[in-house]
Amino acid sequence: MPSLKDFRVRIASVQSTKKITSAMKMVAASKLRRAQEAAEAARPYAERMEKMLGNLAGSFKGQAGGPKMMSGTGKDDVHLVLVMTANRGLCGGFNSNIIRNARLLIRDLKDKGKQVKVLCVGRKGRDSLRRDYRDLIVDSFTEFARKRVAFVEAAEVATRVTEMFNAGQFDVCTMVYARFKSALTQVVSRQQIVPFPLPETSAAAVPYDYEPSDQEILEDLLPRNLAIQIFRSMLENAASEQGARMTAMDNATRNAGEMISGLTLKYNRTRQAMITKELIEIISGAEAV
Amino acid sequence: MADTLQFELVSPERLLLSEQVEMVVVPGTDGYFGVLPKHAPVMSTLRPGVIDVYRGGTISQQYFVAAGFAEVNASGITVLVDEAVPVAEITRAKADERRALAQGMIDKAGSEGDKRKAADAMRVAEEMAAVAGRAN
Repeated sequence: MPSLKDFRVRIASVQSTKKITSAMKMVAASKLRRAQEAAEAARPYAERMEKMLGNLAGSFKGQAGGPKMMSGTGKDDVHLVLVMTANRGLCGGFNSNIIRNARLLIRDLKDKGKQVKVLCVGRKGRDSLRRDYRDLIVDSFTEFARKRVAFVEAAEVATRVTEMFNAGQFDVCTMVYARFKSALTQVVSRQQIVPFPLPETSAAAVPYDYEPSDQEILEDLLPRNLAIQIFRSMLENAASEQGARMTAMDNATRNAGEMISGLTLKYNRTRQAMITKELIEIISGAEAV
Repeated sequence: MADTLQFELVSPERLLLSEQVEMVVVPGTDGYFGVLPKHAPVMSTLRPGVIDVYRGGTISQQYFVAAGFAEVNASGITVLVDEAVPVAEITRAKADERRALAQGMIDKAGSEGDKRKAADAMRVAEEMAAVAGRAN
C-alpha cells in the first residue's frame, strides 16, 4: 500500500501539471483570438483577388492555351501533396488528424499508380511522415509562424511550388490542412490549388484595359493567388491549432482535477485507516495491561 | 464638392484603407497613372512606388507599395499590394537596411529564380531610398 507521503507527492505533481495545462489553455485562448482576427483580416484580400481573377478569366473564356497554372499540364501523373501541420504538439488530435488524412491521400494516389511528392509545411508533419515516406518528401518548411503567420512566409512556400511547377516536376497540387470551424471543431480538408479551379465569372464582364497585357497580368496574378491560398490555409491552420490546443488543454485540466479529487479521497481514507489502526493498537495495548 | 470614388488598399494581412477620395495616382508597370471618378475599367500590375491619395485638391495620404495590382471599375479602384507603408514612416535608415538585405540576396543568389527575386528586392529598396530622399 502506498504510504501517505507517496500520495502527497502524487497529488502535488498532478496539481502542478494542472497548473501548466490550465496556463496553456489560457495562452491558447488568447492566441486563438488573435489567429482568428488575422484570418478575418486576410479575407478582404482573398475576396478581391478572387473577383479580379474572375474578371480576368472572363477574357480568357473559350480561349485555348491559357497559362498552365490555370488549365493544367494536361496530365495528372505526378501529384504534389502539401501537408500543413503545426510546429508544436500538445494540441490534441490536430496534427495526427491532418497526417492521417494526408497518408490516406498518398496511399490512394499510389494505388492509382500516380507518382507522389510531398511538401511539408510544419515540423510535426515532417517528423511523422519522414518515417514512412522519406523518399517522397521533396522539401519542408518549419521556420514559420513564430509569433504570427506572415505573408512572406506563405509567399516563400508558394514560390517553391511555382518553381517546381514551372520546372515540370508535378502536374497537380493538393494541400491538406485543417479548416477552422470553431474552437471545438476543426475540419481536415483537401484543396486543389494547381491547376487552380477558376471562380465562376459574372455574365456581364466589363471590358477592361490591361496594362501591360492580360496575359502578363494573369501570369503575375496566378502565382500570387497561389500564395494567397497558401497563406489563407496557413492562417486557418494556425487558428485551428490554437483551438485544438485550447480544447485539449481544457480536457487535460479537467482530467487533472478529477485525478486530484480521486487521489485526495484515497489519501484521506488511508490517513483515517492509519489513525484507526493506531487507535486499535493503543486500545488493545491498554486492555492487555 | 467634387466627385469622389471608392478607393480600397488591401494587403494580404489586412484591409488598409477603404474610403471616398477625389483622385488616386498609382505606380503602374507602364508608368504612373491617375484615376478620377468614372475612369475607364483598367487592370494593371504595379511596380515599386508611391500611391498618392488626393482629397480636397491636395495629397492627403501617401503610401509606398512594393508590388501588386490595381483594378479600376465602375465602383472604384481596388489596389492589392504585397506591402504598403505610409510614406511618412519611411526613413533613410530603413531603406538602407532593405538595400543591405537585398544586396545579401544578390550575393547569395544561385538559381535564376533567386537572382530575379533578389533583383526585385533591390528595385524595391532603391525606390524606397529614393522616396526617403525626397521626403527628407
